[in-house]
Amino acid sequence: MKPFAYERAGSVRAAVTAAVDDPGAVFLGGGTNLVDHLRLGITHPGRLIDVSRLPLEDVEELPDGGLRIGATLRNSDLAAHPLVRTRFPVLSRALLAGASGQLRNAATTAGNLLQRTRCRYFQDPTTPCNKRDPGSGCSALTGYTRQHAVFGASEECIAVHPSDMAVAAAALDAVVVTTGPEGERRIPVTELLRLPGDEPQRDNTLLHGELITALEVPPLPAGARSGYRKVRDRASFAFALVSVAAVVETEGGTVRWARIALGGVAHKPWRATRAEDALAGAPATEESFRRAAEAELAAAEPLSGNAFKVPMARRTLTAVLSDLTAEEPQ
Amino acid sequence: MTETEQPPPLAAHAVGVPTRRLDGPAKVSGTAPYAWEHRLPEPVYVHAVQAGIARGRIVRVDTAAAEAVDGVLTVLSHRTAPRLADTSDHELAILQGPEVGFRGQIVGAVLAETPEAARYAASLVRFAYEEEPHHTELRDDSPDTYTPAKVNPSFPSDTEQGDPEAALKEAACTIDATYRTPMQFNNPMEPHTTVAIWEEGDPEDPSASPLLTLYDSTQGSHTVRTTLAPVLGLGAERVRVISPHVGGGFGSKGMPHAHDVLACLAAKVLRGRPAKLALTRQQLFSLAGHRTPTVQRVRLGAEPGGQLTAISHEVLEHTSRVKEFAEQSAVATRMMYASPNRRTSHRLAALDVPVPSWMRAPGETPGMYAAEVAMDELAEALGLDPIELRKRNDPTQEPETGKPWSSRHLVECLTTGARRFGWDQRTAPGARREGEWLVGLGVASSTYPGYAMPGSEVEIVHRGSSRYTVRIGAADLGTGTWTVLSQIAADGLGVAAEDVRMEIGDTAYPMATVAGGSSGVSSWGSSLLNAVRAFRDQYGDEPEAGARVRAGYPENPARERYAVHSFGAHFAEARVNAVTGEVRVPRMLGVFSAGRIINPLLARSQFIGGMTMGLSMALHEEGVFDHTTGHVVNQDLADYHVPVCADIGDIEAAWLDEEDFVSNPMGSRGIGEIGIVGSPSAVVNAVYNATGIRVRELPLTPDKLLGE
Repeated sequence: MKPFAYERAGSVRAAVTAAVDDPGAVFLGGGTNLVDHLRLGITHPGRLIDVSRLPLEDVEELPDGGLRIGATLRNSDLAAHPLVRTRFPVLSRALLAGASGQLRNAATTAGNLLQRTRCRYFQDPTTPCNKRDPGSGCSALTGYTRQHAVFGASEECIAVHPSDMAVAAAALDAVVVTTGPEGERRIPVTELLRLPGDEPQRDNTLLHGELITALEVPPLPAGARSGYRKVRDRASFAFALVSVAAVVETEGGTVRWARIALGGVAHKPWRATRAEDALAGAPATEESFRRAAEAELAAAEPLSGNAFKVPMARRTLTAVLSDLTAEEPQ
Repeated sequence: MTETEQPPPLAAHAVGVPTRRLDGPAKVSGTAPYAWEHRLPEPVYVHAVQAGIARGRIVRVDTAAAEAVDGVLTVLSHRTAPRLADTSDHELAILQGPEVGFRGQIVGAVLAETPEAARYAASLVRFAYEEEPHHTELRDDSPDTYTPAKVNPSFPSDTEQGDPEAALKEAACTIDATYRTPMQFNNPMEPHTTVAIWEEGDPEDPSASPLLTLYDSTQGSHTVRTTLAPVLGLGAERVRVISPHVGGGFGSKGMPHAHDVLACLAAKVLRGRPAKLALTRQQLFSLAGHRTPTVQRVRLGAEPGGQLTAISHEVLEHTSRVKEFAEQSAVATRMMYASPNRRTSHRLAALDVPVPSWMRAPGETPGMYAAEVAMDELAEALGLDPIELRKRNDPTQEPETGKPWSSRHLVECLTTGARRFGWDQRTAPGARREGEWLVGLGVASSTYPGYAMPGSEVEIVHRGSSRYTVRIGAADLGTGTWTVLSQIAADGLGVAAEDVRMEIGDTAYPMATVAGGSSGVSSWGSSLLNAVRAFRDQYGDEPEAGARVRAGYPENPARERYAVHSFGAHFAEARVNAVTGEVRVPRMLGVFSAGRIINPLLARSQFIGGMTMGLSMALHEEGVFDHTTGHVVNQDLADYHVPVCADIGDIEAAWLDEEDFVSNPMGSRGIGEIGIVGSPSAVVNAVYNATGIRVRELPLTPDKLLGE
């Protein structure tokens, strides 16, 4: 790997200042993704600013019943936190569906959201890739597309976002809190991560030097149920072919509202707003769930190598909604 | 008694005991040195530079940026590398010319003071190419396929008995199906690693040629020496290969590959400083061999009662244009079941791909996958239990040769396994559902030849007080060679295993054949017991300290008169999710007939390791080749899937109590490979029984089993 400078940030402010002043600087969290990239020669930062030991490890209960989750809290600790497990099971399950125990012990909240695509071509510097090397072309378009996007892709990039946690965060309307060159701001996860468009090199809407300090999850009404289901090629330690995060509240056999995000299908967690619209006020039956799923998947634009994701997502979404609304929780 | 006769059958005392591995404490404490870990002064680190095109010529090399990196000593390319003495093996003849034969071929190297500098500088070496169109795709209608002169290691490519076409036409029931397997990669945990030290001869003595020492991760130290010495222009006695511990090979370390040559070339340039080279995980996918993809057409004809009247197994595979390797996928079909009419054939397409090679049970693994799924399809078509179908076609003698079996207990394996596994609970396809999960059971047969190779020698030294040192250059790949040979030596010498000190894994010890073809213990153990006999003949029962003897492999004419094979039966339970198509295998059982089991503890690991690798082939492993770029795109363990612990449920291995003294004086047959053979078919057949869906292309990923 290319030699680089390393420093450990003493405070959020110091980290941001150091990064803003150096266009070649990047933040280092748990390192489970960035260190791979350094080894593979995907990225060549001049300076790593280690933010993993900043004191941002708390889970704080907000007055409205929501949670404020520290950016450097390890994924395994977040998944095991009692407030997360009881109030936001979708988040806990999504975390535990990701990676392996060892990786979850190292990976951080913010790092999980900001991990980069596992597109094979992005990870192989001997092949063209618009995300790694803008303008060089997309090798996946004419190559191996099994893992790639069926929603929101562009001619420039068909990669998918690999995170499970981010899918749950999107369904929960979670918001990241950042400190950057222009001070503090709040960005919904659905707007933090972006579609590739003609700038596939940009995974997110953060400014250079802007640091995520927390993830805030708004409260759910007492009657809401949430769940996460991931379909993958082996029982553990595999990225999603398709995943579903759903939060739903029913009343008297009718869906009051649902919030749904799909993983493994787009460059960001894909909020299934068509399905959400179809479900609001609909009877809580398998038939309406299937119709809602069909309404969403009708807009999919699969490639020949990943057409299976359309029925897979439809079937999985239908099953998740059925499970969540079953009389006896499963 | 002449020296060339077999030693008498071994009386078992230490043999048969579930002894823990002798190398275990050193391994768990991190003190067992693997190739990279031998402490050597002032090492230099070597990083390979690989071709970025699949076919063509290098026209320009730019090494300036790489050479400018701090710590870089030199950059090798075909322009600057030392010449090899023998370039007839085109896999090994690297850096000798501008031609590129496959993407990922070694075309250069950086030598640096740190591994980081070497790797970074390697990324800065620039080549300009004259690219030629490449062909990497194996298609059913691939043009220019040919019949190889032989298939691995030396079987005829084609065989025919009777009139299979006519018999298929007349058969009451026929199956005609085509099965596909993808490119697969051995992926041992320890990547291929070579450390080379090239010491020039004494300048005062012109007759002293250079001395080359290799610390290598290999399945055969002597194989590395005899292969590389002529390539490098050295006498074999001037090459020493040291390899006491190996972190898995699965065939990919059975022969030296191009990286071995690269380490030697670097060492030659370095003139005495050790050259350390470890391939990255990604590099293994182009430089360490792989299993060819296969397209296999299997046709079976049977009478209504299930008796086979015709078997035809036609195999299409790829090889590399750089070097031929012809996997013997249809060879097991020649001996597995009785039939008066039979055809087997192998065709190869030579492509611009990396060089295929041995991968655990080459031939038997892909061939028995197709053949044993075809048998399941035939049973279904006949309305016959698949175990009963196999029983009705169990041959009394080896079908092609007419030789008697030294031991054939396939039927006993099947019936024993059926009882233990609860085979009677198998339902009609698609008939058993538990919640979202469709549940099915599957069975398949296994077989593997009982190979033993002549050529190994063993030295026995009496250290006094009935303590012995036993030396042979044998390899322990993590399989248990250290332990098992000490058990055999102890029983041969009539002492406790603790009184035997084994010395293995070094060409300084007597010649050992390769740990391949499940032949290691049969070959080495036979020579060991021959040396024991020679020792007793020479020194009697009360040898002096310092008494020593050296002896080779005893001829075994009985092997010529018998067909020596192991057999087994695999059972699997598959659960297929009706919503998502995901497959889980909560239970697997293998029952084996493999001669006497020398160490039950280590044997179980071999068997269930093979079965796990078979499950992996059925459900997970697939090298995805991008035919535009000409390379395997999923070249790491994040995307080239093998099972994780969560994929393996209750996995059990059992074996029949037997001895096969035709095979060797230990009464054993090799067990390294039979565990994988047939196990993919048991899983695939179980998935069919669960779902009623017959997928004939591996692996069985969820998309292939997903409903509308």
